[in-house]
Amino acid sequence: MKIKSKYSPGTRKFLQYGLILPLVLWLFMFLIVPYVNLLINSFWKNGAFKVEHTFTLENYIKFFTSGTGTNRPVMVLLDTLRISAIVMVCSILISFPIAYFINFKVKKNKQLFYMLAIIPLWVSYIMRAYSWRIILGTNGILNSFFMWTGLTKEPIDAFLYSDVSVIIAMVHIYTPFVLMPMYTAMEQIPRNLLEASKDLGCGRIRTFFKVLLPLTLPGVLTGGTYALALSMGDFLAPSLLGGASTSTKIANIAQLQFGTSNNWPYGAAIGVIIFVLILLIILVMGRLEKHFSKLEPGKE
Amino acid sequence: MSKKFSGSTVLVIILAVCGFLFLYLPVVVVVMYSFNTDAISSFPMSGFTLKWYKAMFANTELIKSLRNSLIVAFIGTGLAILIGVPGAYGMYKLKFPGKKALEKMVILPMMLPGIITGITILSFLQLVGVVQGAFAVVLGHTTFLLGTVLPQVYTRLRQLDRNLLEASQDLGAGGAQTFFHVILPNIKTSVFGAALLSITLSLDEIPVTFFLNGVFTTLPIKIYGMTRNGFTPEINAICSLILLASVAAVIISNKLSAKEAV
Repeated sequence: MKIKSKYSPGTRKFLQYGLILPLVLWLFMFLIVPYVNLLINSFWKNGAFKVEHTFTLENYIKFFTSGTGTNRPVMVLLDTLRISAIVMVCSILISFPIAYFINFKVKKNKQLFYMLAIIPLWVSYIMRAYSWRIILGTNGILNSFFMWTGLTKEPIDAFLYSDVSVIIAMVHIYTPFVLMPMYTAMEQIPRNLLEASKDLGCGRIRTFFKVLLPLTLPGVLTGGTYALALSMGDFLAPSLLGGASTSTKIANIAQLQFGTSNNWPYGAAIGVIIFVLILLIILVMGRLEKHFSKLEPGKE
Repeated sequence: MSKKFSGSTVLVIILAVCGFLFLYLPVVVVVMYSFNTDAISSFPMSGFTLKWYKAMFANTELIKSLRNSLIVAFIGTGLAILIGVPGAYGMYKLKFPGKKALEKMVILPMMLPGIITGITILSFLQLVGVVQGAFAVVLGHTTFLLGTVLPQVYTRLRQLDRNLLEASQDLGAGGAQTFFHVILPNIKTSVFGAALLSITLSLDEIPVTFFLNGVFTTLPIKIYGMTRNGFTPEINAICSLILLASVAAVIISNKLSAKEAV
């Protein structure tokens, strides 16, 4: 027998919707409205002393036409994409052997090794970005080590304040984001599938390419998406480790508009462009991920 | 070569060891050089000292920024829990159009780079006339912290036995009673774990805070400023202590979620 609640079914439903009401309100107020507001701002005109609320496309036009050579915002965007793609690929290449090693070579204490692999994710961002300055700087550890061993007499300037140092730091920062989903994907591969492949006469290499790799791919794509999206919008690592002009990335240009350049509508337009680009990346990678997770291993 | 250590195994081990070295090198360097006597971090180290730790504790601005960070982390996490836990419970109990979209939207600020959340909230707050400062920072942090609290609690709720809910209601428990006496005890460690993670994330946050803080300086913003003004091993000392705290938090949070999963 069902005991009657003190509220009528209608009231109950109403109260239940009250549970998600604060959440929905918060997201509406501080997520949706700000997103829409940014979009609107990107079409406003930047007047001499204040933003004029007149519709204009000049912010977007400025983005695509201003500047010369590599300083053109559009070229900076492409350069940022290139750097982010390198960061993503390097993160994948570093993560793969680690994930493979823990999953298939470690027999005891797997959990411990996994924890060790992801702890760097919890090392503070600023510490990870800044530590590379100590290592790569002109008077840094790498240079003084080279001089100490006698490999070089003069410190090498090329390590720090270049795209290379920005890439190294970002790979270090975003590798754990790739490693985690990749590890989980590998962990979920049924071990007997790999055994079966071997029993059926597939060699180690064929098993690797026909079974292991396709089944790990969805995890790789998830992690890759994080690395790509997050590194694209990173303005801190470039400003800490990059050179003055060579390593200005798209997010740095956007950030400047809200600071010293004080051109919010233009900053909003760049923000919208970054936002749309990242959403596209997430969508495409999501599609690919669905596509590959449907594939059966070894199907030709 | 024995069967156990084939060529490919050796290769995997070498690559994995290199990977671990890459991940740990910067961490080890920062901790080691926090004890270095010279202000310049060069090789080999010049000697052992605790003076950078002393200098750090004497730096009142730094301590103040730590206090600010803790305030933001606790209020932001508190709000994210107060909004996110009932929200997750409501999503678990109710069917409504747009639920999938809501789920995706919550995690957007975690998927997108912080600059997007930062500039959107900054522009919005300017529109409604809120100045940059502690309040703005808390708003920003709560928004992205919801993206970690809600999915974690929601995932845990969906692992619960649905019969638990029905049994409770059949026995005459009201909604609130069911939540506090049946559901909450079952999800409390995942709520606690999510809270711990939120605090850690909030304490480390720069890109969102960067646009919203004004003159309200949080610890990572303060350290960021210090690193830009040149080099002092004090930064190594602070970073080493933060490392210690966050590793402890992660281990505790991991232990807790492992306990509940069993």
